[in-house]
Amino acid sequence: MSALLEVRDLARHFAVARPGGLWGRRATLRAVDGVSFDIEAGRTLGLVGESGCGKSTTARLVLGLTPATAGDIRFDGVPVTARHDGDWRRARARMQMVYQDPLGALDRRQAVAEQIGEPLAIHRPLTPRAERAERVAALMDAVGLRRDQAARYPHELSGGQRQRVVIARALALDPQLLVCDEPVSALDVSIQAQVLNLLDDLRARTGFAALFISHDLKVVRQMADRVAVMYLGRIVEEGAPDEVFHAPLHPYTQALVAAIPTLGRRRVRTTLRGDPPSPVDRPPGCPFHTRCPVAIARCASETPALRHDAGRAVACHLAAATPFAEIV
Amino acid sequence: MTSPPLAPPLIQLRDLTVEFDQGARFVRALHGVSLTLARGEALGLVGESGCGKSITWLAALGLLGPGARVAGSVQVAGEEVLGLPDRALSRIRGGRVALIFQDPSSSLNPVHRIGRQIGEALRLHRGLTGGAQRAEARRLLDRVGIANAAQRLDEYPHELSGGMNQRVMIAMALAGEPDVLVADEPTTALDTTIQAQILDLLHDLRAETGMALVLISHDLGVVADMADRVAVMYGGRIIEEGPAEALFAAPDHPYTRGLMAALPDLEGPRRRLSAIPGAVPAPDRLPPGCTFAPRCAHAEGLCEGAPPALRGTGRAGRRAACHRLEALVWTGLAASGPSATARPAEVARAEVARAERARA
Repeated sequence: MSALLEVRDLARHFAVARPGGLWGRRATLRAVDGVSFDIEAGRTLGLVGESGCGKSTTARLVLGLTPATAGDIRFDGVPVTARHDGDWRRARARMQMVYQDPLGALDRRQAVAEQIGEPLAIHRPLTPRAERAERVAALMDAVGLRRDQAARYPHELSGGQRQRVVIARALALDPQLLVCDEPVSALDVSIQAQVLNLLDDLRARTGFAALFISHDLKVVRQMADRVAVMYLGRIVEEGAPDEVFHAPLHPYTQALVAAIPTLGRRRVRTTLRGDPPSPVDRPPGCPFHTRCPVAIARCASETPALRHDAGRAVACHLAAATPFAEIV
Repeated sequence: MTSPPLAPPLIQLRDLTVEFDQGARFVRALHGVSLTLARGEALGLVGESGCGKSITWLAALGLLGPGARVAGSVQVAGEEVLGLPDRALSRIRGGRVALIFQDPSSSLNPVHRIGRQIGEALRLHRGLTGGAQRAEARRLLDRVGIANAAQRLDEYPHELSGGMNQRVMIAMALAGEPDVLVADEPTTALDTTIQAQILDLLHDLRAETGMALVLISHDLGVVADMADRVAVMYGGRIIEEGPAEALFAAPDHPYTRGLMAALPDLEGPRRRLSAIPGAVPAPDRLPPGCTFAPRCAHAEGLCEGAPPALRGTGRAGRRAACHRLEALVWTGLAASGPSATARPAEVARAEVARAERARA
């Protein structure tokens, strides 16, 4: 059986102007540069990485909001393109997005119940009015909004309540795939837990699959069945969350995990120097070799492939020298 | 024989209140905050948005502007500074007390070179000009770990990354050789690996200069990493205070326990998070009693009466503001709970779950 979402060698390059000269010199920003992954029906893939690693661009590509430069995306066996035709609209009804900033994702001049019902109005315009109202009420119940909040405007709600509105709207058409881009990053800790629990409950009830993007490893571990770590537009490691976070194979994942300040554990001093290179100036060879504490000569010239073995994958010349089982 | 008089603490806030002018009336945002900062100490201030952790320090340093009414007492090395004229205050700000904020690129002036901005701080606080100023600016950039310091002096903030700009802010803060650095969410806008670099830098600078640190953060992990002592704020009050390690190992206040239980963990078994129900009340709609009572699993009649005072819990250096303190023994490591090796967040979660069951 094939996966619900299949992504193969996906790339998105942007033409940019580099400062210098009258118009600037032309350059290519490789936001996403050869990414492949699968999401099975009902499963959640977490995508982690730091700003500029290409995780949000990947989300937009998957939904066909941005055209891909290269590669292939299949949703339920059907190619996803950024041509906004009938096929795309039909696919789009089954894959929805939850954004980081709920206030930005909502219309400030529309009552929240109307916004929750909007996908129904667009994709199922023949639904009788009463039925639509009933569905909106059921969705509001499901995400923990009170009926009396239906006529409220986004600015009258708290950040957590707004995110509930966004989630209710995303679930209006019973999507099979939910793309969540930093859904709790803008929320306070106590509210973050409410929204994560809500997503968990809704997933258990409706069985949607999810691409869950976050810079927060702890949040991703809480939500994901599998996790992929991105660095400069490529996946450098993939596997079950506990394997990847407890015994990371890639030096970047190792540094990322070690850098997190955690209650009850002393943080190790960071081994990573400097900032990640710009995606415009991606170093040749392994994209991580300029910051890698264990890089060897080969890393500067040869890009390591993402090698799969026993349910895990890693793109590192050094980790590839031995079977994974012996490293861990 | 008389013993020498005790030196006053570096900073002492007493009963600090802040009210904001809302047109028709004043709304109180800070309800009597008292805090002491010893020389060389690292104090962490944690809490969620709107709890007053930033306002406390902005008020103490006279940075809230004319719309705010500040009362109480703020002493820096024994000298009262609340209500001082601006000129006297600006000697303290940047001199004895330096501040850095969350977003370094908006704290720096985009149209001036880095060197000029550090130079300005050096001129104001140490009277350095010309070659001496430039040499010192270069030394400071070098000290905060910026490579090619001489070249960077001639660059603009937009040419530097977020992490580098935060290093520049720290260099500017060091220019006045402050006794204390107040850092308001200094790493919140930065990526994890860059955050780790900045935290390492702050560790090193403190070890080297003996500078005290006030670290304001919503991130319990960051505070646990840096602070000797922690104050937890909720609804404009300090609700718990104590040595960092002891407090996070066994928090007294139900809110602190709730916060810890709401955090996902990187290790240990994966389990459902214990969310704190409801939301933080608006400052103009605070309940009459304990501000946390409407969200608290342990609240009873008494809690709805008057706000509880911050009082000693019987453990060294620990204080908490909770009417039901005596009834809430920390049973984190009880037999029914997780093992003795369990992680703090996990223990808190078990504890909160027990409280909820007991209430149900």
